[in-house]
Amino acid sequence: MSSATPNQALIGSRWFKYASPATFYPLAGTLAPWFAVLSLLLFGLGLYISFFVAPTDAQQGEAYRIIFIHVPAAWMSMVIYLAMAFWAGLGLAFHTRLSGMMASALAPSGALFTVIALWTGAFWGKPTWGAWWVWDARLTSELLLLFLYLGFMALQAAIEDPRRADRAGALLALVGVVNIPIIYFSVQWWNTLHQGASVSFTRAPSMAMTMLEGMMVMSLACWAYVFAVVLWRVRKIILIRERNSDWVRQLQQKGVL
Amino acid sequence: MLKVFKALVKRDMTLAWRRRTDLLNAVLFFVMVSSLFPLAIGADPKLLRLIGPGVVWVGALLSCQLTLPRLFASDHADQTLEAMVLAPTPLSVLVLAKVLSHWLCANMPLVFIAPVLGMQFGLGPEALGVLALSLALGTPSLSLIGAIAGALTLGLRGAGMLVALLVLPLYCPVLIMGCLAVEATVSGLSPEPYLLLLAAFSLATVAIGPWAIATAIGIAYE
Repeated sequence: MSSATPNQALIGSRWFKYASPATFYPLAGTLAPWFAVLSLLLFGLGLYISFFVAPTDAQQGEAYRIIFIHVPAAWMSMVIYLAMAFWAGLGLAFHTRLSGMMASALAPSGALFTVIALWTGAFWGKPTWGAWWVWDARLTSELLLLFLYLGFMALQAAIEDPRRADRAGALLALVGVVNIPIIYFSVQWWNTLHQGASVSFTRAPSMAMTMLEGMMVMSLACWAYVFAVVLWRVRKIILIRERNSDWVRQLQQKGVL
Repeated sequence: MLKVFKALVKRDMTLAWRRRTDLLNAVLFFVMVSSLFPLAIGADPKLLRLIGPGVVWVGALLSCQLTLPRLFASDHADQTLEAMVLAPTPLSVLVLAKVLSHWLCANMPLVFIAPVLGMQFGLGPEALGVLALSLALGTPSLSLIGAIAGALTLGLRGAGMLVALLVLPLYCPVLIMGCLAVEATVSGLSPEPYLLLLAAFSLATVAIGPWAIATAIGIAYE
């Protein structure tokens, strides 16, 4: 044991233990239900604050309450893309199989939150701006983000070899993440030139503390939801990819699957 | 390395010239798409002048994207691309040569035809010049970004449609800057900042693009 090379020492260390699908599979199975329960509790608390505790807005009335799902969803849509690009980059650099699986597991959740953000934005826009859709800079860049997610998923779906799908998707996610700031700023610039400040996101100057609390709790609930769902999804992806390996067969023989 | 680069550009240009109807079709598509808009929207000169720059730029984007799947497909089919992957010259240099010849054959004609189309929309001489200049500065990045998508979709079924889905959101900054440059000229402002931004974006893609394209081709052959 004392003659272990540095490389073996690295692999043996705790940090890399869960980089293997075989060890990560049971870990994800243990963690996912906890995050699911946590998410349910937080959603309950968050929705209670949003509907019953937070005061009615002086300017927008009750319509503003959609903020409690709209803003967390918009945050999640961006954070998930970053997480996806992070795993993609890791997988591309170190050839770790699990990273690619994590990236593919994150994409549908990211797309879902982007759709929720756009959809609730439309529901919010109708009573406050009088239109379902406005070519506001944030709306437009969120729409383009959705296209990036869909492109990633379409590319992975079109490639049959999973290893190639992982790596091609990873490169696309990295190209996308470099482009996102450029897209955001160009859209913002385009927007300020095309239309005046007739429509803006300026809310009441100081947000009531309870409103902020509601938004934070809802964001945490969304985080917990994403952890739970992504861990579940990555378990399924692991099983599909590793179906011919010994450890999956052993699970089958034990009757766990 | 420079010798190989030159030889590859020459080879790709020769091949493109032998199949010149393909290129002509892309240009024809550009002209047709741009001519459809007045039919759909109406012949009001004021309206046409307003939408002209945007229509010409969108037409250029679509036409460029149509020629992309062919960029690597024939070399992939006859295994020339595999030889390039194995060649001692860095793959990023080779793909840069291929992208350069793609730009010269497929996108440069658009730069020269765009002012003619702009005339259909009643743009003034100065705006026409800026339109051509903005296309000349912006289209290199379209070729480079498109080549990444072309390499990622090598040998896939339905690659053409997939390439369109992948590249069009990434093309948005170029489209916005290009149109803003022409619109600034039309409304009497200086187009310079937008043209500089277009040039900067193209230079950035020249720096990063070849590496990404080479990686994408490597992934396809792993």
